[in-house]
Amino acid sequence: MMPMEKFIRAAGLAALLGASLALSACANKQNDAMASAGASTPGSQQDFVVNVGDRVFFESDSSELTPQSRATLDKQVQWLNQYAQYSFTIEGHADERGTREYNIALGARRGQTVREYLASRGIQSQRMRTISYGKERPVAVCNDISCWSQNRRAVTVLNASS
Amino acid sequence: MAAGNPSSFLMTRRRALALGAGAGFAAMSQRALAAVRVDITQGNVQPMPIALPNFVGGTQADGDVASAVTQIMTNNLRRSGLFAPIDPQAFIEKISNPDAVPRFPDWRAINAQALVTGRITRQGDGRLKAEFRLWDVFGGAQQAGQQYFTSPDNWRRIGHIMSDAIYERLTGEKGYFDTRIVFIDETGPKERRIKRLAIMDQDGAGVRYLTRGDELVLTPRFSPSTQEITYMSYGQGDPRVLLLNIETGQREVVGNFPGMTFAPRFSPDGQRVIMSLQQGSNANLFVMDLRSKATTRLTQTPAIDTAPSYSPDGARICFESDRGGTQQIYVMGATGGTAQRISFGDGRYSTPVWSPRGDFIAFTKQGGGNFGIGIIKPDGQGERLLTSGYHNEGPTFAPNGRVIMFFRDLGNGPSLFTVDITGRNEQKTPTPSLASDPAWSPLLS
Repeated sequence: MMPMEKFIRAAGLAALLGASLALSACANKQNDAMASAGASTPGSQQDFVVNVGDRVFFESDSSELTPQSRATLDKQVQWLNQYAQYSFTIEGHADERGTREYNIALGARRGQTVREYLASRGIQSQRMRTISYGKERPVAVCNDISCWSQNRRAVTVLNASS
Repeated sequence: MAAGNPSSFLMTRRRALALGAGAGFAAMSQRALAAVRVDITQGNVQPMPIALPNFVGGTQADGDVASAVTQIMTNNLRRSGLFAPIDPQAFIEKISNPDAVPRFPDWRAINAQALVTGRITRQGDGRLKAEFRLWDVFGGAQQAGQQYFTSPDNWRRIGHIMSDAIYERLTGEKGYFDTRIVFIDETGPKERRIKRLAIMDQDGAGVRYLTRGDELVLTPRFSPSTQEITYMSYGQGDPRVLLLNIETGQREVVGNFPGMTFAPRFSPDGQRVIMSLQQGSNANLFVMDLRSKATTRLTQTPAIDTAPSYSPDGARICFESDRGGTQQIYVMGATGGTAQRISFGDGRYSTPVWSPRGDFIAFTKQGGGNFGIGIIKPDGQGERLLTSGYHNEGPTFAPNGRVIMFFRDLGNGPSLFTVDITGRNEQKTPTPSLASDPAWSPLLS
C-alpha cells in the first residue's frame, strides 16, 4: 500500500530534526542531576539551576506570577545580565488536568508571562525564545496534587551552545 | 493534494446476488424487510440474535480465509451492541452450499432472526471473490445478497464491507466498519513518553506506524479522502501543524505562520485546514486554503480559541474558548464573525467535534475533578453525558454519527474506548500499547 522507500526517506529526515530536540532535553535532565550534586562553577548552567532556580510554578489554570515566582525571576534577571552570553528558551508546561489543546495554549501563556516579565526587567527579547509543551512533559508523574503543582511550571533553559 | 478513490483498487465489480426464484421472491423479501430490523435510535436495544456460520471456501485452500472473514464480521456485529451472534455450536444445519435456500426451521429453532451465509473463492486471475446472502429466518426469505472482487491482501476489508452491508440492511443506517482510526501510540515512562503517529483498522487490526517517535506528535485528524492526515508536530523551531500523505509518506508544513500552530482539522471538502495560532498569550483560529495557500484569520480575541471543528456542510465551526472566563463551546459561521456560546452547564467544556450527521457536537467536560464525554445539539439543547470519571478526553465520531471513540486514562496511561451516543455499549478498542488522540476516518468505500 505505502511505497516504503519514500516514507523511510521522509522519516529519516524527521530523525535528523528530532536529534537536536532530544539533545536539548538531555541537557535539561543533566541540569537536574547536577542540581542535586551541588557543586557548580559560577556562570555555568548548573550554577543557574542550583543557585538561581530555573523554574517558576503556577496555580491551577493560571498564568499569573506569584510573589515567589517574581522573586525567582528577579534572580534570573540578575544572573542573565551578568552572563549575557547566554540565550535561552522558556518552556511553558501544564499539569495533566486539562485537555490537550487547551493545555498547549495554557503552557504558551505561562511562557509568555515569564518572557514579558523578563523583558520588563531589561532582558533583550532576541535572547529569549518560548515553547509550550502543554501537558506532554511532566517532571512529577503521580496522580495527585503534589505532582500537579510541580508540573505547572515555566522553565528557563539556557542554550547549551551559547 | 493526491486524492485517489480508495475503493477503486478494492472492488472492480460489485453486484447484487439474487436467487433464481424471480419476482415473487423479491416481493417476499420486501415484506420480510419490515419484519427483521433493529431500531438503533432507542437507548435500550435488545441485540438481534444473528447466525453467522463459517463462510464456505470456494476451493480447499480458501477455507482459512473464509473462516477469518466470518470471524471479522461476527466480531464487528457483536461489538456494535446491536447484534448477538449465536454460538456456532448451537447451529443445527451445516451450510455447505451458500446458494441454496437454508432450512429455516433449523435456524428458527435456535431463535436466529437473521442468518448470513457466504463463500470466499480465489479466482483464476488471483483475485478473491467474496459473496454473502442475508436471510430473514422468520420471514423465510433472502434480504440481501452481494458479491465483491478484490486483491487477496484486502480480505479484512472485505469482511468489514460485508459487515457494513448487513448493518445497513438491518438497521437502515450506514455502517462504520470499513474505516480506520489514526491515533497516537504511546510508549515509555510518563515523563519521557514516546509518541508515534499510528493508523489501524477500526477493530484494532493492522496497526502501522507513520512516524518513528523522535518527534513529539499530537492530535492527528483524517482528511475526508482518508489519504492524508493533519497533526501537530514538535520538530525544529516552533511546533507546527503538518500534513502527511499516508500513501506517499510525503510531509509538509501547513502555512507559514509566525509562531506555534496546533489543533488542526480538515474542512469537510478537504480543501482547507483550520487550526489555532499562538500569538503571545492568545490563541486564535485561522484557516488555510490548501490549494492557494491563502490564510484567513477567523477570530481575534484576548483568549484561548482552539479545537475548531466544521459542521458537515462546512457552513459553521464549533470551537472552545475561554473568552468568557472558562473554557466553553461556541458556534460561529465558517468565515468568522459573531460566535454564540452553546454550553451553559456546570463545569468547563472543551474539544468540541461536530457529528458527521450534523445533529450533535461531542465534547470533553471537566467538573468536580472529573473528565466526561458528552454530546449537545448545535443549538445548545439536549446536553447529555455519556461517560464520566478521571480521565476521559478527546471524542471522535464514527462516520454514521452513532458511535464515539475517545481516550481514557485511569492513571496507568491512556487507552481507546468507544461508546454509543445513547451512552450504552462502552467497549475498549485493542491497541498494541498505550493510545490517545483517536480520530475516526470516513467510510473507506
